[in-house]
Amino acid sequence: MSEPAQQHLSPNQHAWRRFKKNRPAVLSAWFLVLLLLAIAVWPLVLKFSGGAFAQTHNPDQLSDAQFMPPGAQHWLGTDVHGRDLFSRILFGAQISLLVGVVGTVVSLVIGVLWGAIAGYVGGRTDSFLMRIVDVLYSLPSIIFVIVLLTTLGDLLKQSHFIENSPALAGRLRVMLLFIGLGAVSWLTMARIVRGQVLSLRTRAFVEASRTLGAGAPRILFRHIIPNIFGIVITYLALTMPAIILYESFLSYLGLGVQPPMASWGTLIAEGVSQINPIRIYWWLIVFPGGVLVTTLLALNFLGDGLRDAWDVKAK
Amino acid sequence: MYFIRRILFAIPLLFAISLLAFVLMHLAPGSPFDSERKPASPEIERNLKAKYHYDEPVWKQYMRYLNDLAHGDFGVSLKYRNHTVTDIIAQGLPVSMTLGGLAFCFAMVFGLPAGFLTAARRGGWEDYAGSLLTLLTVCIPSFVIAPALVLIFAIKCHLLPVALWNSPWSMILPTVALGLYFAGKISRLMREGMLGAMQSEFITAARSKGLAENSLLLKHAVRIAILPVVTFSGPMMADLLTGSFIVENIFQIPGIGVFFVNSMSNRDHTMTMGLALLYAILVIGLNLLVDFAYTMLDPRVKYE
Amino acid sequence: MLISKRARQFICQARFLFLSCGALLLCHLFSGCIRPEPPADITIINNIEPESLDPAIIVAQADMRVVEGLFDGLTRLDPKDASAIPGLAERWDISSDGTIYTFHLRTNLMWSTGEPLTSADVVYSWIRALDPKTAARYAGQLYYLKNAEEFNTGKITNAALVGVSAPDPFTVRAELKSPTAFFLDLCAFATLAVVPRQTIEKYGDHWLSARPLPVSGAYELAAWRLNDKVRLKKNPYYWDATNTQSEIIDLLPVSSPNTALNLYERGEADIVWDKELIPSELVDVLLQRPDFHSFTYLGTYFFRFNVTRKPFDDPRVRKALAMAVDKQRIVKKITRAGETTTTHLVPGGTQNYTSPEGVGYDPETARKLLAEAGYPDGKGFPRFEYLFNAASGGGKIHENIAIELQQMWRDELGITMVVRQVETQVFWGMQSRLDYSLSKSSWIGDYNDANTFLGMFVTGEGNNETGWGKPEYDSLIRAANVETDLKRREKLFQQAETILVHDEVPIVPLYFYVGINYFDTNRISGIWANLLDHHPLRSIKKTKVTP
Repeated sequence: MSEPAQQHLSPNQHAWRRFKKNRPAVLSAWFLVLLLLAIAVWPLVLKFSGGAFAQTHNPDQLSDAQFMPPGAQHWLGTDVHGRDLFSRILFGAQISLLVGVVGTVVSLVIGVLWGAIAGYVGGRTDSFLMRIVDVLYSLPSIIFVIVLLTTLGDLLKQSHFIENSPALAGRLRVMLLFIGLGAVSWLTMARIVRGQVLSLRTRAFVEASRTLGAGAPRILFRHIIPNIFGIVITYLALTMPAIILYESFLSYLGLGVQPPMASWGTLIAEGVSQINPIRIYWWLIVFPGGVLVTTLLALNFLGDGLRDAWDVKAK
Repeated sequence: MYFIRRILFAIPLLFAISLLAFVLMHLAPGSPFDSERKPASPEIERNLKAKYHYDEPVWKQYMRYLNDLAHGDFGVSLKYRNHTVTDIIAQGLPVSMTLGGLAFCFAMVFGLPAGFLTAARRGGWEDYAGSLLTLLTVCIPSFVIAPALVLIFAIKCHLLPVALWNSPWSMILPTVALGLYFAGKISRLMREGMLGAMQSEFITAARSKGLAENSLLLKHAVRIAILPVVTFSGPMMADLLTGSFIVENIFQIPGIGVFFVNSMSNRDHTMTMGLALLYAILVIGLNLLVDFAYTMLDPRVKYE
Repeated sequence: MLISKRARQFICQARFLFLSCGALLLCHLFSGCIRPEPPADITIINNIEPESLDPAIIVAQADMRVVEGLFDGLTRLDPKDASAIPGLAERWDISSDGTIYTFHLRTNLMWSTGEPLTSADVVYSWIRALDPKTAARYAGQLYYLKNAEEFNTGKITNAALVGVSAPDPFTVRAELKSPTAFFLDLCAFATLAVVPRQTIEKYGDHWLSARPLPVSGAYELAAWRLNDKVRLKKNPYYWDATNTQSEIIDLLPVSSPNTALNLYERGEADIVWDKELIPSELVDVLLQRPDFHSFTYLGTYFFRFNVTRKPFDDPRVRKALAMAVDKQRIVKKITRAGETTTTHLVPGGTQNYTSPEGVGYDPETARKLLAEAGYPDGKGFPRFEYLFNAASGGGKIHENIAIELQQMWRDELGITMVVRQVETQVFWGMQSRLDYSLSKSSWIGDYNDANTFLGMFVTGEGNNETGWGKPEYDSLIRAANVETDLKRREKLFQQAETILVHDEVPIVPLYFYVGINYFDTNRISGIWANLLDHHPLRSIKKTKVTP
């Protein structure tokens, strides 16, 4: 993948050029920007437009217009309570993207550091660190998640948050959910990173660097972590949907986001019951599912594009 | 030697897991004996708790559990009180393992070639089409795929049974519903592994020696590329073999996957413990296998 | 990095081993798990896996429908109207004061193993259900017997003092604490069913796995595989075996309504008989079809107030919240199976009883009451939580009702309710510890009498769970239960219910459940709609064989 040499360009500029040539990645970036914009602007639109428009599009406003198909008034139709689906998807996006991002970042930071250290240092440290991963790995994650969410939720209740500020308590409960989901997702990351590091650390360039007297952190951050960037991005792209969907599964048990708040996961879970042989309110599954899948695809292509553009190995 | 040590080490590991699981379970609010219909007098509930030693301090319960375990007794399920935990696992595990095994094969058979192809034809239409397809399988949750498959293949086309587990035909839809996600995941990991391998120095070296591209890719790159897949397949196997809550629920399959979730939400402590230990044994065993496979596939990896 | 020759050899061997192990495993897997079985005559979908098949342990209605086929009581329920008809007992005499029942057993009674079944077995079964060691949750159903409560709670240890005895092999004498109008109905209840003593004493908690398993009912247990099926086979020794209509019945535990519907549509199941197994988003369409049957039955959906918590200790506040609920909207928009809204607790159709009216929909008065209580326009009213559990099978009914209530109270009273969903097991605990403000509730009648509903709210009763209690209410219920004159008894119950749903309002009834089952009446006979949603297996028959 060599390119004709260009003068006066920093590596970053090089990368940016490469990135711009990757059409799917650019398209994905635009899509995500537009989505984020919509998520940010829509509440403001509702706030300032006021009147009937805000009323019909309030995601929590119940109405008699139950199960309306998409139309001029409700662009993406309404649900069982007559709530506007378009608004619910945009408000649900906040939760889902936050769950995804926070959960993934938590799993990324813990997983990469843990795996890299274990793999690089090796010996006893490796054994010790990986045995901890083994213990946690060997525990079905559902036990961990349920216990984490319920006991911490209880602690929250005993502290005086709820009486003083129920809104804050609600938000804290959601944060707990994010962290809980991240905390069970870092294990695979750690194992994969360790596996990569194990095979990388015997490579020539690492050995060379070591003979030249580079310290462990330096080798880790300069040589090893950049080299596993690709696999990490790929795995992140896989973790994010998993976390977003895990959240919807928890809602099924009564542990996810509390209604009437919505997330894409809960919206899809609601829509799934529409897949039946008798009557299908298709918009309830197609739109939330569509937006989730499109977003995840966009994130994937974007990740791919970024990786290709900045990848050390591709230079 | 290394592997023998690992196997010996599994014993304290299992202890640690059982202790952790036990403590965690008892931390969670809610008791297995709460129910909608309250007993006519508090004594009944007290009797119930006494019967299952639920009134003792947690450490004592744990000691009792370990003692029973040493005698090969996993206890009685607190929810399904006529069944022992061993009994339930013995009934459900073969079913879940069959389904999981089939799904694993499905995932490998479709995932590996897809990953290889998308990597080998990187940037071409095969790459985009393949990536799109595999990403779709990762992004669409099984609780959407499963009913959709049923609607298309069972209800509309009358090709396959809608649910239950009573003929080889009835295995097809659950296998696909369960395997698709993993196929997609494997394909992504394989693609990534391939891309990495094709750029690694010894492939470049081999290439410079003038080896033909195709045999080069096949022979050398695949061996390295498959490493992330191997790492992932250990826990994946464990997940697959212990069943899936959603797929078993939708297809009404008598496996043990549903018990992982239900025993926890029923606070069926003995059942959860039994399943946690089973899962742990599987994970430890499979991880050992994975590490072993590593040494076979990548000669550079050494364990000491 | 070269590896030694030995290692390479080892790897070769290991690889071979690995592969062959894998192949073996797969072969084994393919062959296992599927066993050929003769097809059943009738396949019924019966909600989730039975918790147990032990009559003393079960509490869920779905479990009772299975157990009823296995173990008979002194009386059994008529498949048409669910009234008590002779079972193991052929006839009975009731003493003039209504406290002594003398049951005369049939003389041809046998266990399914061919051994004789006698009155001693009945006495054993009842005592077993009361024994603290059995820890039966429903032991309260036997508290009407003299000394039964004392024995169950350990106050006395001599079982002989309990008011049940067997003067001779064909007579059971039951001595009650006070006249109990519904005692014959209770005798058909699963907790009082007759179970095999020898087997239980031999196998302990695992007695149901004994083969052959002696049963007293119309069906034997042919197979019981968790989450797979319960298979019942006709018991040839049953006293009424000639009237048992089907040879083999399969009961499938299915928790997903969509799966149940799919199985039924493809002909894999003949009958689906639980209202929870009808997809709620389709109920309005499905009920138009001739094979979907809905009927009223004794079940009420309501919510509880925790009256020990401010501001719900004030009846005016409770009434205000009750009056602001538009129940019509809930049944029209959410449940949609043609439920009737209600202001009272005891369902219409209950034997010998008509309920008084409670608090109706009246937002005007609601606002007034709230202002009187010190919260004009909801000002200063604290936020409060409405607690409900995640329904099994992922149903959304509770959540949807909660969200509608939230909106009604916000719009009509200007107060803020926070929806709080918890796990089911946690929910029951929180409800009984009074760790809630408002909580979703429902009650299905155990027998056809007002007492199964009104008896719940006696002070300190286990199922009260509101913290509410009124001595006046307690004494009315007590008086009603010893009253033998049906008219006077009704009066007493009415006075009590007025206190409950009109004056004090610790609970707000929303609607009565509608029972729903589906089967093709052209192919299946022997199921009738009745108030208890009770359909004995013995009378179900396939009239036409599927083509």
